[in-house]
Amino acid sequence: MALDGSLERLRREGHIVVVGASLAGLRAAETLRTEGFTGALTLIGDEPYGPYDRPPLSKQVLLGRVPPDHTDLPRHCAIDARWRLGVAASGLDLAAKRVALADGTSVEYDRLLIATGVRSRPWPNELEACLDGVFVLRTRDDAARLDHRLKAGPSRVLVIGAGFTGSEIASVCRERDLPVTVAERGATPLVGALGSVIGEVAARLQHQHGVDLRCGVMVTGLEGDSAGRLRRAHFSDGGTVEAEVAVVALGATRNTEWLAGSGLAAGPRGIACDAGCRAFDIRGIVADDVFVAGDVARSPHPLFGYQFLSLEHWGNAVAQAEVAAHNMISPGERRRPHLWTPYFWSAQFGVNIKSVGVPNMADHILISQGSLDEPRFTAAYGYQGRVIAAVSFDQAKWLEFYQRQIEQAAPFPLPFTTVDRRPEGMRPVPAGFPDPSVPTHGPEVTVSGHSPTDQRVTFTPA
Amino acid sequence: MTSVALLGQILDHANRADPYPLYAELRGTPVVRDESGPYLVSTYWEIRSLLHDPRVSSDVRNLAPEARTVPSTDDPELPPSFIRIDPPDHDRVRRLIMRTYGPPHTPRRVYDLRGEIGGIVSALIDGFQGRDRIDLVEDFSYPFPVTVICRLLGVPQEDEQRFHGWADTVATAIEPPVGTPEEQQAHWRAVREARRQLATYLSGLIDQRRRAPRDDMISALTMDRGADESPMSLPEMLSNLTLLLIAGHETTVNLITNGMLTLLRHPDALKQLREDPDLIFPLVEELLRFEPPVQLLPERTTLDDIEIAGTTIPKGASLWLVPASGNRDPQRFPEPDRFIPDRPDNQHFGFGSGIHNCIGSPLARLEAQTALTELVRRLDNPRLVEDPPPYRRNAVLRGPQHLSIAYDGLRR
Amino acid sequence: MRVVVDLNRCQGYAQCAFLAPDVFAMHGEEALLYDAQPDDIRRVDVLRAVAACPVRAITVEGAGGKWTADRVGVPHGA
Repeated sequence: MALDGSLERLRREGHIVVVGASLAGLRAAETLRTEGFTGALTLIGDEPYGPYDRPPLSKQVLLGRVPPDHTDLPRHCAIDARWRLGVAASGLDLAAKRVALADGTSVEYDRLLIATGVRSRPWPNELEACLDGVFVLRTRDDAARLDHRLKAGPSRVLVIGAGFTGSEIASVCRERDLPVTVAERGATPLVGALGSVIGEVAARLQHQHGVDLRCGVMVTGLEGDSAGRLRRAHFSDGGTVEAEVAVVALGATRNTEWLAGSGLAAGPRGIACDAGCRAFDIRGIVADDVFVAGDVARSPHPLFGYQFLSLEHWGNAVAQAEVAAHNMISPGERRRPHLWTPYFWSAQFGVNIKSVGVPNMADHILISQGSLDEPRFTAAYGYQGRVIAAVSFDQAKWLEFYQRQIEQAAPFPLPFTTVDRRPEGMRPVPAGFPDPSVPTHGPEVTVSGHSPTDQRVTFTPA
Repeated sequence: MTSVALLGQILDHANRADPYPLYAELRGTPVVRDESGPYLVSTYWEIRSLLHDPRVSSDVRNLAPEARTVPSTDDPELPPSFIRIDPPDHDRVRRLIMRTYGPPHTPRRVYDLRGEIGGIVSALIDGFQGRDRIDLVEDFSYPFPVTVICRLLGVPQEDEQRFHGWADTVATAIEPPVGTPEEQQAHWRAVREARRQLATYLSGLIDQRRRAPRDDMISALTMDRGADESPMSLPEMLSNLTLLLIAGHETTVNLITNGMLTLLRHPDALKQLREDPDLIFPLVEELLRFEPPVQLLPERTTLDDIEIAGTTIPKGASLWLVPASGNRDPQRFPEPDRFIPDRPDNQHFGFGSGIHNCIGSPLARLEAQTALTELVRRLDNPRLVEDPPPYRRNAVLRGPQHLSIAYDGLRR
Repeated sequence: MRVVVDLNRCQGYAQCAFLAPDVFAMHGEEALLYDAQPDDIRRVDVLRAVAACPVRAITVEGAGGKWTADRVGVPHGA
């Protein structure tokens, strides 16, 4: 292998630092080792735990079927790393190639991978957020606390925000036979991610399962009793609901604050990187030694007009981590682009929802198989006459066909018939996405234009 | 457009022992029309893509009339079984069967059979005592899955004599008939008659179970009211029980026999398995790739023109997928003609793929894993008496007619 | 043992829920729930499930069996 001397040295005895010890950080570390990196490896994580899996937290863990600490991720190989757990990164000095840590120490690197992910967006009113009974759900500790409280049988749970996480929490509450109210600012649940046509189906599922669903309202205040316990929430329509527990599910915010002033193109939308996972600096020039992967990354995608995409997707974290790690220790001509087609799943109210592509770029939707009423169906999303995404409710086996249509930029509406085509599948209808300038409760995919330094984001919570 | 003349050779019994060179020839053109009419698809990615393509129908009523290659032997009184219909009817019937058979409604039906499966295997092998040679098919591979499927469905084992012949006859109807027009007519009549007899037999059984339910699938099917949809009608039950009863043993017999044949041809693998019983799990998957019990999926059709691998398959064409060939596609599997017991990333077509994937696969896996582990453990120095063995006529459900195995003794 | 299922790959074939029902469970027709750190007495069941998954979506660590280190190299749904 003809590597230049410095890269060969890096592979043999360099120091690679990974900030972020969750799914992306772990998979990157494994890839570095399986691809022959023998130098020193340090993983830094702000939580006190080794890498664990998050999707089960809002499902089997919150259902009480699996303990919160039963979610460790398996290792594909020994990674022989130095772990700095329970200490967050607090700053980055690009010139000195040094990461500052919250405990006052620092770590120098030859190459750096940033995989700091996202955290739950907290309730914006800090006093109200501190009320006993107000929760978010992102970490294992969050899940343990919430599970503990749900076990006590609260009189009512209020879920603020009906994105995927909020809807999954509502589903779990109903399965635990707890009264639950869901407040969603948009017209339907999941409207930001899947549009209102599918959102209507999600709303019906909630109603059928006994959820008190309130759409088109904002929560304007959380009220506590004299002991500081949550007892009531106020809505923008003047209504109130008595609840002992409120779960704030307003989406996520990217962990980039520690990079403020570092010179990297990092902001509320994430850290911009090229398709090879190299971070951009604020001048729009890629940094050679700094790479980005997972939820915190924004990278251009050729299938979607080379726009920058931020994907809070499990599969994206794995795929991007593997590409980033490979590129970190490979010469230019062997580097690979991250071309993953977005894939996503959610389980709620006994239904398996899967999507492929980027639904929220779409203008129209066609129910190509099955029926929204059952609800078992597969729907294709179109954008300017081509297939851009698909979603299935309990019909996952068909999705790989639609993935191929997306990857081949097939025309929309699909110019052919299929099995199980119903009258409602004869013509496309507007997909019903809200105006992108109106914030919804956490779309998992953010499309944010072509500029690597796009810092604009406004969020007017609930 | 090019065409080939390979389907006739594949169906020809003379090529049954080793059809794989014909499949390799077929893969030269991934999608090609056979001179006998159907389009043959033989490469992995094309098969996978068509198994997940919603333009492909399993319902022969969607075939263009002139495209039909396998004459109907269906009983006009009965609806087609669920493997020969499309969604939404397919999904409904499959869900109703699944409610009585698997998760989420009955998650332990198959799992809880492990003990009985082990007992049946042990008893059959104990029966080899005092002999130095067996016909694996007669003495083991056939009686074992028949006993299991009878137990699962709730069919009295002692009736096996009655339905054995009917089941064999019905299973032949999966592929085009051979012989003179008179012979074909006679065959057609025999299949129709066997179907009728089997349906009459099963409807008697359903009636009994309805009156006195037991812990079996027929009882569960007759009692089930469905969750939010209409339960199965009696004709639907008859069609689908016929299918389950036949598929429950006509395929597993071949999986187990092919398994021992393959292990005896690969002594290293046999030795490895003896030393590491955990190897059986990937080994059975490799077996399903290497010698799949269902070699071809005949007579699917297209609801629209489909362009694939440079060929346009017209709407209404007869489409034959060849999963046994896809399983040997070098574009997908490195060294495809080698039997590698712990082959990584083995996404074979042994049980198909997509919505029509084999509903019996968990049971077949458990049966094959148990059977092969025990045969290998207990037979001392087993060896083939003749290789290749004689094969059954069927090209679709391919397997030896007999497999004579000699051995030095029986371990406990 | 530590287990993870790539639920993007998962298409709901339910082999794992048939063969290791104390570790994997279907929630509705197609969604899968599982215990990511099952008890060691489930070792053989988990090995069965890992091998049987038609889309090779299950990764396990600590169940023995060299073959379980199999890393999947095929793109999602490809």
